[in-house]
Amino acid sequence: MKSTKSFDARGLKSLMKVSYYPGCSLEGTAADYAASIAGVAPLLDLDLAELEDWNCCGASAAHSINHQLSLELPARNLALAREAGRDLVVPCALCFNRLKAAEKDQLHRAEAQTAGGRNGGKIWDLLEFLTQESFLSILKKKLVRPLTGLKAVGYYGCLASRPPEITDKADYENPEDFERLLQVLQAEPIDWSYKTDCCGAGLAMARPDLIDTLVTRLYDRALAAGAECFVVACQMCQANLDLSQGRISKKAGKDYYLPVIYFTELIGLALGHPEAASWLARHIVDPRPLLRKKGLM
Amino acid sequence: MEINISQPLVPAFGLQERVGKEAAIPLSACFQCKKCSAGCPLSFAMDLLPDRVIRLALLGQTDMLLGCRTIWVCASCVTCTTRCPNGIDIAGVMDWLKEEAIRQGKAVDQPEVAAFQRFFLDSLRRAGGRLPEMALMRNFTLFKLRRRPDLKELWENAKLGWALFKRGRLRPIGPPALKGRDEINKIFRRAGA
Repeated sequence: MKSTKSFDARGLKSLMKVSYYPGCSLEGTAADYAASIAGVAPLLDLDLAELEDWNCCGASAAHSINHQLSLELPARNLALAREAGRDLVVPCALCFNRLKAAEKDQLHRAEAQTAGGRNGGKIWDLLEFLTQESFLSILKKKLVRPLTGLKAVGYYGCLASRPPEITDKADYENPEDFERLLQVLQAEPIDWSYKTDCCGAGLAMARPDLIDTLVTRLYDRALAAGAECFVVACQMCQANLDLSQGRISKKAGKDYYLPVIYFTELIGLALGHPEAASWLARHIVDPRPLLRKKGLM
Repeated sequence: MEINISQPLVPAFGLQERVGKEAAIPLSACFQCKKCSAGCPLSFAMDLLPDRVIRLALLGQTDMLLGCRTIWVCASCVTCTTRCPNGIDIAGVMDWLKEEAIRQGKAVDQPEVAAFQRFFLDSLRRAGGRLPEMALMRNFTLFKLRRRPDLKELWENAKLGWALFKRGRLRPIGPPALKGRDEINKIFRRAGA
């Protein structure tokens, strides 16, 4: 892992410093996710140094209709990250995937031309990064409000896991990062078979009717497994599940209530971050009634 | 597009070779196990199941593929690619076909999906490197309205937009242009986008 240890202003504890690529939606529709990440990082002795002047990765649009663009847009960010010389942490699954795809493409070309390898740090998705043993042990030590009795399904979505040739993930069909994290936070992780099933977020604007089918299936499966909420690490999944709950409830003629909570929000809650409630208040499906009922707020 | 493949097909050559050369995807490795179609979450919305797309590509049925619905309702979840025992990037084939359909100026089966991708890239370029989410939503909504005025959907979306705005999740002013705006423009020009 390429990171630098530095000391905070008071010189009291050592901080791990890594580069951070937030991605476009964390400046907008996922402002709640961004706030919770900024909130919990210092609690985990982590310094997230935002890449200066980063640009959009091109997302689904670029790889769907212009392959070259889908490699060159993230490549500019890779160059910025290389200059910074540290590992790069990415909270958005889609950005993570596109950055990794561009990195693999560069590696492939370099191998084709010379024996050159990569010289940058590792690209991490935020969930994998924060569920390393070192962070989990900090969490154990700093836990002030165990999330006892909170039954949650981990919903990983697609692109942090798949395809393994791009993501370098070993457990891409059955990842367990959320489950390990929830155990440390003393919540109750519920096993289910739809952890990495697609919610169709990329089609949310153009074909919301298709999204309804996919999302309803996820809600039904999560409820059947006995879950009270989803835990997510992808803001596309979050927005897609959170924003469509009202619509699918109306269509199905029943009242779905399953909040869609970012794992960083749960970390903040469990570590007693004073602003955790304000992050949760920004969801469309308000998680606070559930958390109050469980005595966690 | 209405697709009828009960009629005998006339195989053509060249498509498989092009996909192999341009996208480095070995279509001929397919042995039709249909794992791609079995795991596809969007199969319910497709006119051709993913295994058929591969088979028809091997048979050189370019027009049928460029005009089909499947490539545009594919959500790019990459389950097919991940599970293919022969290392065929099926989702990559979908992308290649989409790009080719646009390059050839074909009438696409899902103009709204194609337009969304176009609006996304245009908004991103115009804003100077980062995506202005609100401008994209507004422009795409107007485009949809012109095609197919659905006031109920508009009302529902407006309510959702307001709910996001109240929660500070919709920025009325887009992100500032980057210092590297010129580089971004160059990247777009080079890619012909």
